[in-house]
Amino acid sequence: MKVLAIDTSTFVMGIAVVDGQVVKGEIITNLKKNHSIRVMPAIESLLQECDMSPKEIERIVVAKGPGSYTGVRIGVTIAKTLAWTLGISLVGVSSLEAMAASAKYFQGLIVPLMDARRGQIYTGLYKAEGGNIQSIVADQVILATDWANELKAYDEPILLVGNDSSLHEASFIQTLNRAVQVASFTLHNPRPSELAWLGMHREPEDIHTFVPNYIRLAEAEANWLARQQERTEC
Amino acid sequence: MSEKDIFVLGIETSCDETAAAIVKNGREIIANVVASQMESHQRFGGVVPEIASRHHVEQITLVLEETMRRANMDVNELDAIAVTEGPGLVGALLIGVNAAKALAFAHRIPLVGVHHIAGHIYANRLVQEMKFPLLALVVSGGHTELVYMKEHGMFEVIGETRDDAAGEAYDKVARALQLPYPGGPHIDRLAKEGKPIIDLPRAWLEEGSYDFSFSGLKSAVINTLHNAKQRGETLRPEDMAASFQASVVEVLVEKTMQAAAHYGVKQILLAGGVAANEGLRTQLREQMKRLPEVELVIPPLSLCTDNAAMIAAAGTVLLQQGKRASMALNANPSLLL
Ligand SMILES: [Zn+2]
Repeated sequence: MKVLAIDTSTFVMGIAVVDGQVVKGEIITNLKKNHSIRVMPAIESLLQECDMSPKEIERIVVAKGPGSYTGVRIGVTIAKTLAWTLGISLVGVSSLEAMAASAKYFQGLIVPLMDARRGQIYTGLYKAEGGNIQSIVADQVILATDWANELKAYDEPILLVGNDSSLHEASFIQTLNRAVQVASFTLHNPRPSELAWLGMHREPEDIHTFVPNYIRLAEAEANWLARQQERTEC
Repeated sequence: MSEKDIFVLGIETSCDETAAAIVKNGREIIANVVASQMESHQRFGGVVPEIASRHHVEQITLVLEETMRRANMDVNELDAIAVTEGPGLVGALLIGVNAAKALAFAHRIPLVGVHHIAGHIYANRLVQEMKFPLLALVVSGGHTELVYMKEHGMFEVIGETRDDAAGEAYDKVARALQLPYPGGPHIDRLAKEGKPIIDLPRAWLEEGSYDFSFSGLKSAVINTLHNAKQRGETLRPEDMAASFQASVVEVLVEKTMQAAAHYGVKQILLAGGVAANEGLRTQLREQMKRLPEVELVIPPLSLCTDNAAMIAAAGTVLLQQGKRASMALNANPSLLL
């Protein structure tokens, strides 16, 4: 199966072309540049390098969030439109799971994380087993300090992965002591080929109804719900 | 010699409508689909950008599929994809732009970026062929502009608002009158039942200027309502609506007439969401008697509000003029005409 994988959920832009068991090409950058300008040209040039026409793609795998709302939406919009117009399957994979996959040979628990501002992080808990990864705690948004405390309940070694690890590692080291390690910086950029691999054997989504996993409500919506709550409590 | 027909798919997501349409030869609508989110934003009293963007992602492929189904066409049969690149809400624009790029890429079809206001102006071409030079009065929630066009694809903004757009003033005054969002249609309706007996200012600005200003008028309405309340008087909302509308319409129409005479245009086009306003349409038709040689074109209501047929229509002309966008096309929230 020829898979095109797209990840634009953080500053890291990742595009991969995977053909069966072969990673034909990958483009990964970690730059504070505009995804909207760069993603389609990157897809175009990677396919060209791989001597592949868009019509040869058989599946699109996209990182569906959490992450930057705008970033995730760019990837998801391109993925949905390509899958729909080419008549091929679409699979969405958690952006955190894709990040965790870089550490799939770690003996213990993997904690991928992205900064979510005001001390919060998007994170989840994953476990590697024989080169596969499994979700232990679903993706969530949580205060880094609270998450560190919750992780005390596990007695396996813990590995933090992701470019934002450096922003929050102090909270984890303080709470978890030596049980926590931070992945080498060379593992922090999620690899789109891992994303392709994760999505290769999964059930496809319904293209039309597929949406990003934002984790959070839009701020206006959350405020509105809070006001409704107050009103009903009065 | 008969030339080949040109089919262009338009995509528009600059605000709270997810829209796609196919237009033939820039003039004939083959399919026109608009998914409105208005109800989702009503409870917030205005369009919330993040919520608009989320809706666009939900709707985009559904709207595209419905458009192709109604046209009974395949994407491969299209000559180009035209998309609104700006101005508008950046997060919302991005959905249309990236969907358009993906389509153009997958089928190797030319891509054309279109200015939203150029789209509104070209909505008129779906009704009546353009005659140059012409003058377009563009009035919507985000825009109040007089645009002079010497020929296809050439836009010269000769007047614009210095503060609020006309549609914005309508929404704010509607709020002051405690009318539901969006306020424009409610004021238009109320105005018909009232009389313009309340004295409100008209912002003519300096001699010879085609610019507009509505923030003073909006403040005058709010102050008048406030003062009346303090004195324990009640003003009929119908009369306030009629007086406000009279002030807005008088300035819009008068400046349009002056500009049309000054530039010697053959046509006046009305464009934008506020073009649906009955008061404006009536007054414009009435005043056109002053310029008997000039033709007035007002698109049907469905083409005044945001839609993608207008984007396809404008895109067709740009395509014929050789304009092409690359895969690096971006959303530009403050794009100039
Ligand atoms: Zn508009």
